[in-house]
Amino acid sequence: MVFHLFLPIVSPLIGAALAVLLNRLPLASRLIALLSTLINLGYGLWLMVTVPASGPLVAQASGWLAPFGISLVADGMSALMVMLAALLMLTTIIYSFFSIDYERERHFYYPLLLLLLLGVSGAFLTGDLFNLYVWFEVLLVASFGLITLGGSRDQLEGGLKYVVLNLLGSTAFLFGCGLMYGFAGTLNMAHIAERMATLTNPGLQTVLAGVFLFAFGSKAAIVPLFFWLPSSYHTPPVAVTAIFSGLMTKIGVYSLYRVFGLLLQNELAIYGPWLTLLAGLTMVIGVLGAVAQMNVRRILSFHIISQIGYSIMGIGLASAAGLAAGLVFTAHVMIVKMALFFIGGAAEQINGTGDLKRMGGLARREPLLALFWFLGILSLAGIPPLSGFIGKLILLQVGVSQQAYLITAVAAATSILTFFSMLKIWNEVFWKKSYEDVSRLPRVRFGLLAPGAALVILSVALGLLAGPLVEYNTIAGQQAFDRDAYIAAVCGVDGCEAVYQAAVR
Amino acid sequence: MIILLAIAIGSLFAGATYLVLRRSVVKLILGLIMLSHGVNLLIFTMGDGVRRGAPPLVDAQGQPPAGAADPLVQALILTAIVISFGFTAFVLALAYRSNQAVGSDDLDDLSTTDRL
Repeated sequence: MVFHLFLPIVSPLIGAALAVLLNRLPLASRLIALLSTLINLGYGLWLMVTVPASGPLVAQASGWLAPFGISLVADGMSALMVMLAALLMLTTIIYSFFSIDYERERHFYYPLLLLLLLGVSGAFLTGDLFNLYVWFEVLLVASFGLITLGGSRDQLEGGLKYVVLNLLGSTAFLFGCGLMYGFAGTLNMAHIAERMATLTNPGLQTVLAGVFLFAFGSKAAIVPLFFWLPSSYHTPPVAVTAIFSGLMTKIGVYSLYRVFGLLLQNELAIYGPWLTLLAGLTMVIGVLGAVAQMNVRRILSFHIISQIGYSIMGIGLASAAGLAAGLVFTAHVMIVKMALFFIGGAAEQINGTGDLKRMGGLARREPLLALFWFLGILSLAGIPPLSGFIGKLILLQVGVSQQAYLITAVAAATSILTFFSMLKIWNEVFWKKSYEDVSRLPRVRFGLLAPGAALVILSVALGLLAGPLVEYNTIAGQQAFDRDAYIAAVCGVDGCEAVYQAAVR
Repeated sequence: MIILLAIAIGSLFAGATYLVLRRSVVKLILGLIMLSHGVNLLIFTMGDGVRRGAPPLVDAQGQPPAGAADPLVQALILTAIVISFGFTAFVLALAYRSNQAVGSDDLDDLSTTDRL
């Protein structure tokens, strides 16, 4: 029992409340946002050091026994995600210092960011299915605020689609929670996992898995549930688009990993091939959708969808090794995707537009920006020795070792298409001559360059020092796939059913 | 009782699906509201109270009498109602603002962010 597991939830919550109170002082709310996020980052790093050796850490809310109360569980996957969420939020906050206008700051921009971090950290740590639903709603309502903050026509149009389709997904999740409670008689994830092994109604389990696949698939933007993403992600300010690209869809991925890795592991035998098929379609359709686009952020939005396909491939391979490979890739893509949004956003700000036809000449004008963009796209495409190479290599290795040759070939081919698509931005924004006189354009501000550059450098470092990353994620994948260890950590060695029966008597 | 509820839930889902597929933003939101009602009723039928006809009560000593129903589903529905209430308020405000900005209630007119 470790009560400090509540820290990553409490710190952004208190931060958000203080930032609302001190809203009149922009500097104070900025500092509070920075501080809360740093606390989460430090705690996430500590979790990542502790959890692989100690096994999952567990805290019970209000001291209720495990299957009755709400458990917080930090296993390797949760710890990684909590750390990444805080790291990405930190870069976003720094980027926001230099790019968010005063009007947005005055209308509770930083509290909304902290509430988003609150919801995300809660969702990653909870060990209770209904509680996961509640955290989803917390982070959704914060994201609704962020995407519509400003209220331009584009934001309202994109926001409406984003809100409606996400609400539909949430309702499906609630539907699944209700069915699960009726079916298993419990909402504690460990207890559900334990009862799933003994309950004999395979038909209903399959239906439940389908409901959850729809619910989390629509959050993760897999084919054919992705349409809300490209029509809304380019409308808010760059910082908001970037943090959404890093976190929002990945929570859907995390939930799919959790639900299929722990609760409904038996169903992977049925759903594995379908998940792999969806993964392949998501990769290809995402990257092809980007072809027609001529706007930096819209191209990158379609690539989010394409990269989600790789993460789904990890769960589709239906093994601990597949989960581990998917986690390595997801961690890589969260970092690199955000870096590309930051750098693309900085280029957008210099040119005053995100339209590729009207941009150009930045390679000569801003060589550093161009360098980091180029490293970023190399990493996204999977060129050694960057982190994308490691992520894709491990996924392809697992794919080949499990004789999933078709999806492996599709994944490799999609990498090439991704590279071509990214080269289009490179050519148009950085390489080609500008029609205007580039020397008249404003210089990039250090604050807009630094967050993206830092994330690209992190990606290079993760590629060069891939050993610890892969080792960590191998353990995390095993923990996410090992139901008995999870149940023992949450409810004790006898399991949740024993605790439940003893208490009911 | 459970058959009546099943019919009610089915009708709510059918009506919600019809409304969500309409082009009008207002009808779309009405569909979302109806859908959340359907899901709330579905959770209600998942408890054993409906099947056994017993209330989820405790006696003066705080002990459940024999045959008392599971109270958790009521708690879940309460949470879900509060959440869907908040979201409905938000979506209505958003629809009002987007109606002001676009000047139309037709979803087909909300396509500027998808155009190339």
